[in-house]
Amino acid sequence: MSLKLGVPSKGRLMEKTFDWFAERGVQMARTGEAREYAGAVDGVAGVELVLLSASEIPRELAAGRIHLGVTGSDLVRETLADWQAQVWELAGMGFGHADLIIAVPKTWVDVETLDDLDAVAAAFRAERGFRLRIATKYHRLVRDYLRAHGVADYQLVDSQGATEGTIRNLTAEAVADITSTGETLRANHLKILRDAPVHCSQATLFAARAADWSGAAPVLRVLAARLGVAMPGDLVRTGVEQA
Amino acid sequence: MTGAEALAAALLAEMQSAGAVPVAADILQPAETLLDLYGEDIRARAYVTHDPDLGEMMLRPDFTVPVVQAHMRIGAEPARYCYAGPVFRKQTGGRAREYLQVGYEIFARDDPARADAEVFALFARLLAPYALRPVTGDIGILKAAVAGLSTSDLRKTALLRHIWHPKRFRALLERMGGQGPLAEARAGLIARLRATPIDAQIAQAGQMVGLRSEVEIAARVARLIADAETPPIPQAEVAALEQLLALKAPASDALSTMQAMGWEALAPALDRLAARLEALAQAGIDPATLPFEASFGRTTMEYYDGFVFGFLPARDDLPPVATGGRYDALTAVLGQGQAIPAVGGVIRPELLEALT
Repeated sequence: MSLKLGVPSKGRLMEKTFDWFAERGVQMARTGEAREYAGAVDGVAGVELVLLSASEIPRELAAGRIHLGVTGSDLVRETLADWQAQVWELAGMGFGHADLIIAVPKTWVDVETLDDLDAVAAAFRAERGFRLRIATKYHRLVRDYLRAHGVADYQLVDSQGATEGTIRNLTAEAVADITSTGETLRANHLKILRDAPVHCSQATLFAARAADWSGAAPVLRVLAARLGVAMPGDLVRTGVEQA
Repeated sequence: MTGAEALAAALLAEMQSAGAVPVAADILQPAETLLDLYGEDIRARAYVTHDPDLGEMMLRPDFTVPVVQAHMRIGAEPARYCYAGPVFRKQTGGRAREYLQVGYEIFARDDPARADAEVFALFARLLAPYALRPVTGDIGILKAAVAGLSTSDLRKTALLRHIWHPKRFRALLERMGGQGPLAEARAGLIARLRATPIDAQIAQAGQMVGLRSEVEIAARVARLIADAETPPIPQAEVAALEQLLALKAPASDALSTMQAMGWEALAPALDRLAARLEALAQAGIDPATLPFEASFGRTTMEYYDGFVFGFLPARDDLPPVATGGRYDALTAVLGQGQAIPAVGGVIRPELLEALT
């Protein structure tokens, strides 16, 4: 039985993923025409390439429909409840870096840290009768982060795109969004809080706990050795008999 | 009927014989009231759904809010209510998402000590057949301790707001004592804010965006600068507060320990504790063995503001079988000006069943 490996189906994330595997002696390529989502793997027998949208890979991993998947560590943490119970994190791949940060207007000269944001949220609510709004699409990550840091009196409002613009449009007072260079934030007159980011994301190789490993574990053992990553502890014995 | 439902029915019958009137509550509750009370965290804990007419609704995460609202609408005083039914909480892993709660609530203006003792003694009697460890605490004492610090009202308010967030509370206390990284960051901020006039700084920072105005920013800057003039909270007081927060002892001993601290601001709260222990003794609960933990309820029971209690299973990894406490302030918020002292608690029959 083969091991299904889900990789992003297009763009730089796909190219970098192919490069990362190639550097470790595993050749991947899309097959057929440019628009056909099919792929092949050379170098390790029994690996089947599945091309998917990066945002669908967490769900496919959780469902166990793919054994391995490459996607952003932010997407796994955001999409999957109790993500560690659903996937093993095998390797950070060193590309696709982006930080999930909290940003406020630059003119908030009195705000530099979460400590300040929390105090402003209290004053804002007292003054205006509603909670300070933070626009984001990363609800789970941001809420967990703010809870862990004991920030109160805020509310999250959903923003699936152009999040930096919500402040100008008066639908939020602060934003929590992914940034790699900070360019968009600066263009929208925002600054990042000085605390550690909510999450430092990078492309990551994950393995699905829910997948059927009976036939795939031996394939993973060969692949893991080639890639130089450790086998998940729980899988070390699985499928040894078949191998 | 499942075993847990039968247990719930039996508990409810006991509560009715204790004088409580059964009340019902809708499963669908308006999200806004709950969000207002509990904050954004409730979204992570409650199931949210949407009604085309009524807007955002939540599957009832507890009974307290609807029961208080029902009392505010129709209640005569004093009142005792009981209820049983499912509540819904988002969970991870194998924990139950839908489970029964059986609860008992007293709304009464006179003799809060006796009402506290009545609820606790009833729960102790109903739960006596099970091997559970009772714990008590008192958020009112913590509030009194904060209110008694020698510092500005601004700082006390900030600390009181975070009694239920121990990590931020500790960080604030450290900063207000002039210690640690937050104090350092704050000193840097103050130096920058003092360097040039604030309207010039705002203008220089760039274009104004968003709802928060120059006036609001300048007002906070003024508060920050005034706060910088406030002397640090004395280390002896920080230490005493830490010592108080760490106190775990049988209730009678805890009371004498706190009395011996000689902290004048605690006196009224300690008098209330003494009256409660006396009422408990009259109700057959021995304060000399009843466990008291000063920090009990700080992480989980945000709306309680006085007596708090729990009945915990022997295994640490299991949730409390029963919890409760006094929530006078909550009734003021929900009653829009009307307030009535209230105390109550809930039992989870499925957890009881699992113990047998």
